[in-house]
Amino acid sequence: EKTRDSFAEKMNDLAARYRTVDEDFFEELEELLISADVGVHTVMELTEELRDEVKRQNVKTPGDVLPVISEKLTAKLDYSGEDYALNMNGEGMTVVLFVGVNGVGKTTTIGKIAQRFKSEGKNVVLAAGDTFRAGAIEQLAAWGEDVGVNVVKQAEGSDPAAVMYDAIQSARSKNADVLLCDTAGRLQNKVNLMKELEKVKRVISREIPSAPHEVLLVLDATTGQNAMTQAKTFKEATEVSGIVLTKLDGTAKGGIVLAIRNELDIPVKFVGLGEGVDDLQPFDAEQFTYGLFRELAEDDESAE
Amino acid sequence: MAFEGLAERLQATMSKIKGKGKVSEADVKEMAREVRLALLEADVNFKVVKQFVNRIKERAVGQEVMKSLTPGQQVIKVVNEELTELMGKEESKLAVADKAPTIIMMVGLQGSGKTTTAAKLANHLRKEKNRNPMLVAADVYRPAAIDQLQTLGKQLDMPVFSKGTEANPVDIVREGVEQAKAENHDYVLLDTAGRLHVDEALMDELQQMSDKVRPHEVLLVVDAMTGQDAVNVAEQFNEQLPVSGVVLTKLDGDTRGGAALSIRAVTDQPIKFAGMGEKIDQLETFHPERMASRILGMGDMLSLIEKA
Ligand SMILES: Nc1nc2c(ncn2[C@@H]2O[C@H](COP(=O)(O)OP(=O)(O)OP(=O)(O)O)[C@@H](O)[C@H]2O)c(=O)[nH]1
Ligand SMILES: Nc1nc2c(ncn2[C@@H]2O[C@H](COP(=O)(O)OP(=O)(O)OP(=O)(O)O)[C@@H](O)[C@H]2O)c(=O)[nH]1
Ligand SMILES: [Mg+2]
Ligand SMILES: [Mg+2]
Repeated sequence: EKTRDSFAEKMNDLAARYRTVDEDFFEELEELLISADVGVHTVMELTEELRDEVKRQNVKTPGDVLPVISEKLTAKLDYSGEDYALNMNGEGMTVVLFVGVNGVGKTTTIGKIAQRFKSEGKNVVLAAGDTFRAGAIEQLAAWGEDVGVNVVKQAEGSDPAAVMYDAIQSARSKNADVLLCDTAGRLQNKVNLMKELEKVKRVISREIPSAPHEVLLVLDATTGQNAMTQAKTFKEATEVSGIVLTKLDGTAKGGIVLAIRNELDIPVKFVGLGEGVDDLQPFDAEQFTYGLFRELAEDDESAE
Repeated sequence: MAFEGLAERLQATMSKIKGKGKVSEADVKEMAREVRLALLEADVNFKVVKQFVNRIKERAVGQEVMKSLTPGQQVIKVVNEELTELMGKEESKLAVADKAPTIIMMVGLQGSGKTTTAAKLANHLRKEKNRNPMLVAADVYRPAAIDQLQTLGKQLDMPVFSKGTEANPVDIVREGVEQAKAENHDYVLLDTAGRLHVDEALMDELQQMSDKVRPHEVLLVVDAMTGQDAVNVAEQFNEQLPVSGVVLTKLDGDTRGGAALSIRAVTDQPIKFAGMGEKIDQLETFHPERMASRILGMGDMLSLIEKA
């Protein structure tokens, strides 16, 4: 793929359009990052550091500022050598809990991940922990049927913690390798609903002390600055261990995960690229960073 | 917290220029920077912010400072007036067809809240307007989308028209409307599948549905947490469909909701309703002036200034 070395190229293109490293240059760089929903705070921090660096090193031309930008960006987004694989339980069933606000793609992502595990020959069970939203149980059941895995469910309106308890027993008796737990979407400022989620997690840990082995926060790439607050609050409530960034097949860039990475140090593990069962990929930092600057590349092409 | 309101942001700047008689260009420049940051942190699109800040600068420079206000408050007053103006007038009215039924089509990205809002609107129409609506399940793609609408229909004790997942959505809406006519429903609410604004095939399908039944109201349902991309989404849907209004959902969260401003700026369509929760009765009339102060993050400050 040609996306590999493109980031440097993009920065070159940006630099080439300016003779001097002036305020306009910085403003455009800021806008570029902001338009990708990178946190305003992170962007300002970055460009402030750049301004200082440029002064200190007495850099005059955009060409000379390039190495500085790459250096700074890499420092902020350093993903190198990291393992994005899900944390698996070495001695028994792996339990993965999915959390997030309404409509981000939790249930769909469970379907996709179930398919991945199944294709690796693993025995997968799904837990229908969203007992609140209309049709949520049927939705997960439909995914279970599609992928060909068992779904543990109770009636709509039942206690989600009880569903989890049930699901763990049932998955154990089926000798499951992986249990994927769906939960109802909830906005992070709903204190009671966040407490309910804590309880769900507690029940899981009580049954299997090492579980959940992974708590995945699902974030919608279309979401702006609020995703940061989501990450903070869900992390406090459930010790989020990774992020799934969905809906990257649209035009939104999901740049807020940079700020989340920067401030909360939660890694992105998967990205969602569509509604189909195969539209899930492991996170690729370089490709993601390239995506942030995609428009810039297109602008330049159309200008020529 | 990461999200400082504009009032807090301006505090420092304001104290520096206390006691001046006029708002100088330098003051405005400094404050414009704070306004810009506050709006960007509220997710207002950066292009919209740019235009907006320029207008503020033009208006604020050289203004006499009112006795009762500091220069900072004066700028906030100008910002708030401009913002409220941009947010448009209060308008929660839904179209009424000359000849019943009135057809309302819900459109938008995946997960924005279309299905929930369709049920909420049906409930609103019956409870507040004494109408007799019918729902149509035209999402044949998302797993259990029809079950979801049917469950909501049951909760409301309201009929839901569906033809399963094998039928063509264009046929579904056509037949749904016919049935509504035959059964004397005065409103038909069409729930469509979520889709990306750049998905040509699905956008085309939506256009065909719209052409077929000629809805009196096409409501774009947008998640209030949407970031910078809101303008692209709104622009595309608005270009390809006769969008007549917007519903902003999930406003019960703690997002500033700057997307509201972006959408207004690019579509010029009124935001008619606000989704305030997951439950069927949590739909409210949209209040532009409240939204303006929410985006700026300064409720009390404004009521103080308003009196001046
Ligand atoms: N384009 C696109 N759509 C997606 C993606 N992931 C999920 N969706 C769609 O987003 C919508 C919401 O997905 P769900 O899986 O129901 O989301 P959820 O978080 O479980 O929602 P709630 O349970 O209601 O909170 C559905 O229409 C999905 O098909 C993705 O990666 N790309
Ligand atoms: N808190 C809150 N949740 C909402 C609101 N409106 C909808 N939701 C929730 O958001 C999620 C998605 O809502 P849906 O109505 O399924 O969205 P949709 O646009 O029909 O989704 P697709 O059909 O998959 O594209 C569900 O969990 C709803 O309960 C709202 O105003 N506030
Ligand atoms: Mg779900
Ligand atoms: Mg729907």
